[in-house]
Formats: sequence, C-alpha cells, structure tokens
Amino acid sequence: MGLNPPVETVYKRPETFTQTTTHYCPGCTHGVAHRLVAEVMEEMNLQEKTIGVASVGCSVFIYNYIDCDFVEAAHGRAPAMATGIKRVLPDRIVFTYQGDGDLASIGMAEIVHAAARGENITAIFINNANYGMTGGQMAPTTLPGQKTTSSPTGRDVEQTGFPIRTAEMLATLDGAGYIVRRSLHDPKNIRKAKKSIRLAFETQQRGLGFSMVELLSTCPTNWGLNPIEALQWIEERMLPVYPLEDFKVSPSLSQVRV
Amino acid sequence: MAKELLKGNEAIAEAAIRSGLEAYFGYPITPQTEILEWFSRRMPELGRTFLQAESELAAINMVYGAACTGARVMTSSSSPGISLMMEGISYIAGTEIPVVLVDVMRGGPGLGNIAPAQGDYNQIVHGGGHGDFRPIVLAPASVQESIDLTIEAFELADKYRAVVVVLIDGCIGQMMEPAELPPMQPIQKRNQEWAVTGAKDRERRILSSIYIDPEDEEVINFRLLERWNEIEANELRYKEYFMEDAELVVIGFGTAGRVALSAVRAARSEGIPVGLLRPITVSPFPYARIKKLTELACGMLVVEMNSGQMLQDVLAAVGGKIPIEFYGRMGGVVPLPDEILAEIRRLCYEPVAPSADPRKSWMKRMDIAKN
Amino acid sequence: MQTEIVIAGFGGQGVLFAGQVLAYAAMDNGKEVTWIPSYGPEIRGGTANCTVIIADEEIGSPMVRHPQALVAMNLPSLDKYESAVIENGTLIVNTSLIERPVQRDDLHSVLIPANEIAESLGDKRMTNIVMVGALLAQEPILPIEAIEAALQDHLPQRHKKLLPLNYQALREGAEFVRKERIGQKT
Repeated sequence: MGLNPPVETVYKRPETFTQTTTHYCPGCTHGVAHRLVAEVMEEMNLQEKTIGVASVGCSVFIYNYIDCDFVEAAHGRAPAMATGIKRVLPDRIVFTYQGDGDLASIGMAEIVHAAARGENITAIFINNANYGMTGGQMAPTTLPGQKTTSSPTGRDVEQTGFPIRTAEMLATLDGAGYIVRRSLHDPKNIRKAKKSIRLAFETQQRGLGFSMVELLSTCPTNWGLNPIEALQWIEERMLPVYPLEDFKVSPSLSQVRV
Repeated sequence: MAKELLKGNEAIAEAAIRSGLEAYFGYPITPQTEILEWFSRRMPELGRTFLQAESELAAINMVYGAACTGARVMTSSSSPGISLMMEGISYIAGTEIPVVLVDVMRGGPGLGNIAPAQGDYNQIVHGGGHGDFRPIVLAPASVQESIDLTIEAFELADKYRAVVVVLIDGCIGQMMEPAELPPMQPIQKRNQEWAVTGAKDRERRILSSIYIDPEDEEVINFRLLERWNEIEANELRYKEYFMEDAELVVIGFGTAGRVALSAVRAARSEGIPVGLLRPITVSPFPYARIKKLTELACGMLVVEMNSGQMLQDVLAAVGGKIPIEFYGRMGGVVPLPDEILAEIRRLCYEPVAPSADPRKSWMKRMDIAKN
Repeated sequence: MQTEIVIAGFGGQGVLFAGQVLAYAAMDNGKEVTWIPSYGPEIRGGTANCTVIIADEEIGSPMVRHPQALVAMNLPSLDKYESAVIENGTLIVNTSLIERPVQRDDLHSVLIPANEIAESLGDKRMTNIVMVGALLAQEPILPIEAIEAALQDHLPQRHKKLLPLNYQALREGAEFVRKERIGQKT
C-alpha cells in the first residue's frame, strides 16, 4: 500500500482531436460538437477509415481540429460530395458537418436527396438559427421575430416565411435510418447528443441508410448574448420551436447498446 | 478491333468505360442523355458506380467527391447543365484533382433549344467557373476522334491534375459513324499520393480549394499557371487540310470545322487555293500556328456555330497582319457547306482590309441575306 | 465520290432504322459513312428524318442542302424535301401515303406503293425496307447483298426471326423498280 491513491483517468483529449486551439468565439458550442464527433470516432476506432466532408460556414476549418482525412465542399454541396466518396469507397465512414445556412438553405436539395437515396452517410447538422460566419444574417432556421443583421426588425414571417424543421422533414423519407434532434445547452443534453452521434455512425456502419443528428447550438457573438445567456436562449427560445426528439430510428438500431 | 457503327454520345461513354472509368454521376439533358443512359446500363453490369444525381450541381459535386479518392471519374451534360456545373468545376480546379467532363453543346442562351451549337466556347475555354485557371478543352469533330480524345482526356487529367473537357455539340453526339473502340482496360487502383481514402498507415490528407491567406492562394495561382504553360508547350493539337500551298485559310473546330472541310474541298475543285485549320485542342489554342500562317496566307475565314467566340482568339493570334472574315450560324442552326463556300469565294475575289471588323461585316451580310 | 440520302417519314415508320441499315452496309463495304437523325421532341410521334452520307474519303459536313436522293415515306416529307433534291437526283415516293403527283420533272422518280407491298408480304413494318430496296434499284450505291448482310448482322436479336421477311421486302422493292423500268421501255 503506497501513500498515493491509484490514479484513474476520467477525462482526456481524444486522440482524434488535434492539439490546436479552435478559432471559434468564446461560448460557441461548435467546439463541443467537434469533440463529441472526435470522441465517437475514437471509441468506434474509426479514425483510419473516416473521411470527413467540411462545409462552408464557421466550421469550414473543422479539418484543423478533427484528425482524419478531409475534403472541403462547396457551399451546400457536402452531401453530394460525401455521396461521391461513399459510392466509390463504400467501406469507409463518410460524414458531413454542416451549418443551417449550408444544409437547410443553399444545400437543401442535396441533403434531401441524399436522405431519400438512403445514402449511407452521416450528417452532423448545427442549427444556431443564423448565418454565423458571414456575421449573423437570417437563416431558414431563424426564429419568428428574431433580429439578425438581415432581419434588423426581427424575422417577419409574412415576408420571409417560417423556420424549417429539417429533422422532422427528412424523417419522412424512407431512405433515412436515423434522424434526431439534440441540443448542446447543458451537460445532460450534451451526453445525449454524444449518444446520438454514436448511433448515427452505428447506423452508417451497419448500412442502415442516411443518418443525421441536428444539434441546437449557440452563437453568442451574433446573438449579442454572453455565453451563459446564449445557453439559456437555446432552452427558452429554440426548444419550443425545435423539440428534441427521435424522429426516425431504424428498428435495427434497437439492438445497439451505446 | 473491327469498326462498328457508333453514335457519338454512346461511343464517348463506352470509350470512358474502357479507359477504366470507376464512377459516373450525371443528370439527363438533351442532346447528351444517351451518355447517361449508356452508363446506367453498363456501369452496374461491370460492378462500377453509376448514379443519376438530383441536379447537375449535385452531379459535379459527386464527381468532385469521388475524384478526391483518386478514382477515375467523369460527368457529362449540355450547355444549361454545364452552366450549373461551373461552381464545381472551379472547386475541382482549385483542389487540383483530375476530372473529365463532356459538354454536348446546344442552342442558347437560356433554355434555348436542343439543336447543335458552339455557344459554350467562352464559358468553357475562357470560363470554367470563377477564379484563375484554365481547363484543357478537346474538340473532336467525328465519332472516332470523340473516342480517341475521351481516352486522352483521362490521361491528360491525371498528368496535370486538371479538369479536361471534351467539347462537342449535338450533331457529333447524335450522329453515327464507323469507329473503333479501344480494348477494355481494367480499373487500375491507383494509389495517388494526394487522394483521401482514410488515413491508414500514413499521414492524414486534406483536399480543399480554400487558401485563406491571399499570399498562399497566389502561390497556387502561380502553380496552376506554370502547369498551364507546360500544357501549352506539350499538349497542343490541331489538324490541317490542303495547307501546303494555301493562300487562304479557313479555321473552325468541331462540327463547324468538318462542315468547312466540305466547303474547302469544293473551293479547291474550283481552283481556289484554300486550306483548313481545325483546332483539336481549343484550350490550349494554336495561337503560334495561326500566327505562323499569317506569313503564308493572305486572308482567313473563321467559321463557328456561335457569334464569333473563337474569332477573338484568332484575332489575337493574327494581330491585324492579314484580313479576317467571320461566318457564324447561331441558336442551333448548323451552317451548310454551300454557305461557307460562298464565303471562301468572297474572301478570294473581294478581299477586305485587315482593319475591317469581321463580326460587323458578317452581321451586315446576314442582314442583307434575310431581307 | 459522295452520295447523300435523306430518308423521311412519320415516327414509327422505321425511317431511322432504314438509314442505319444503309450505314451498316456502307461501313461493311469499306466506305466512309455518316448517319445523322433529327432528334428530340420533334421525332416523338411527329416527323422523323435522317441523312446518310456514303463516300470514299473523309466526310466533311454530315448534312447537305441538296441531297442526291430522297426517300419520302409520307406526304409531309415530300412537301418538305422535294425541292431540296439535287438536279437529276433520285426520288423514291411511297404512293401508299402520298397521293399528290411529284412536281419536279428533273428527278429520277420512283412511285412505289410500299405499304401495300409490305402488307402483301404480311407485315406492314417492312415498308421501310421495301423503300430501301427501291432506292438501291434506282441508285446502285450498294449491292442488295450488302444490305442483306447488314440486316443479318445488325437486326436486333428480338427481330431476327423477321430476317427472311426483310430479305423478301428488299427484293420486292427492287423488283418493283425493275418492272416499272421494263414497263416504261415497252
């Protein structure tokens, strides 16, 4: 019996996460989402067989943080590019990481058709209710009345329509194997988000079709809130519009324990 | 192998397959749909990838993704669809990966029509999307040449990690001619040192067209330009007819070039000393050869199925040294040999000043012909 | 030496295939040949035409303003192309569907009831091949045997059982022209 108690590591940087400081704003949950993906990749031992498809948006440099092969897609086209990769390398894991401008606006056709085809790819979809990279313009996910730099008096649904609930919509497609919405606003929800990312990759690995995890995410800078207020804003403002549910879960996933 | 009677579009598709094509992604549009349909039957039976995309935009980006893995991959479309693909073409060029693209041109602008035209010369030769790069553009004029240049397109794409466009029009796509296909080449799993395939037993790789620091981007721009200089030095191709003693030179590519051949033959039978230059690569363009021809010839006639898009390149090569005339048909109208013969005769018997604007005088003549 | 043939008719009359048979036969006989159709919506249920050029040297334009021969399977085709045929050219007219007389008197015209001949053979689908037989009897671009060989080699597998009927149609078409000629002489 020594004097020192046994040491157990309970928390560490995943090997799949590079030793780099991210460029994200303080309080932005992109970093959390990145880490969850990296942890899942490590746990599933996918690093050597994964090809990530980065998109256009704040996460354009995701390849600097997650340590695997990457390509960088044109705005909105990540699902098409992922399709091209997956079709010629069907035994690899291919995932896209897209924001709401990229996936739900300019890239809506590509994501819908990838899902409809049952393309065996995984989309990590960051919904922060605005265009972050270009400085906070209105996105298709922007809430009614929400002020952005291109809806300065608040989103007027008479003029600009209503938020798109992408997860609900894609879940109607037969090609989708796993479609859920999760949130990154507190530890409990982050743990649930990680479990869902794991299930999304499991879906792909089992060839069960298209998988997507929509993650409600903060954008404190563009929302004009401090990091804590931003987390609260998700809970108070976004959750009523974007419920956290399992919209489509392939029955074959019921045997998967994560 | 024996000659077969082959349709241009189908011959291109089969030639690509026999060159070891691994994946095709495309979208239906007349007059190139036979290419897509041919692949839809042949690729699955060979255990290769065929996918009909939801749009040309998706198709070119699927090609982009597949090409990033080092696979031999292509797409095809016709003018309006090619416009949609411009985004992807630029990204592919910026990422420096090999891709082959077939453009079966039709009448435009806009929806236009499905008849043969050459109005994409500018969008392809001087375009290909935003930013600083040039695609290699091959312009076959027959079914056999379409086969040969499709095979060559893949080699050139690999050699220069570049976008190579096979530029034809509906006429060549739809016509049948006897031609010989190459023997079947197996797919070669090429271990490209840049391809993303999963970072197993090697450093990870990132393929991107983003260079956020302008000075880094400029390095890439220079690299593309240096590669272009190499392409210009090595890959120029053209074909000449009756040029030995020619005093007049007709220049035309693709269908316009072969229609001009009929006219040149007819003019020769009348004793007019005229030759034909048919550029096979329109990018790189045979500037030097045309410049050289100004020392031998006393007049040139440019024939195109557009408003004189290649004419600008010929004008640049000639530099005002000898008179140039232009004859074009547009909107999907194919010129017939007698129209070009009349132009050759006029060039021969009614010489114009080198300073005259060939496009304006052509328009004037067309106007008179109409009234 | 170059011969241009325009074959025109309704979609469904086998116009494009008739042209292809000529093209196959020309190819198999070591000739240069081009076959080009009208394409797109206009051929869906409407008029269809193709141009076949057979030559000894590299063919320039695959289309011509004044073809050497016109095979008119129906009235709109005759209306559209009669004036285009080159002086002293050949005109094969399907009188089963064309009632009006030929207007040009500077052409070698063959007036042949091709539908009736095909029907007498028991299959209306042979009309196009009857017309090809008539064309070659009038304008000996290729021997009839070359067409037979082309049919043998290139008729789609599912139509192979129609081969004897095709041969018969070809010869009936040619025979009709020869009889007409003898009739004119006597």
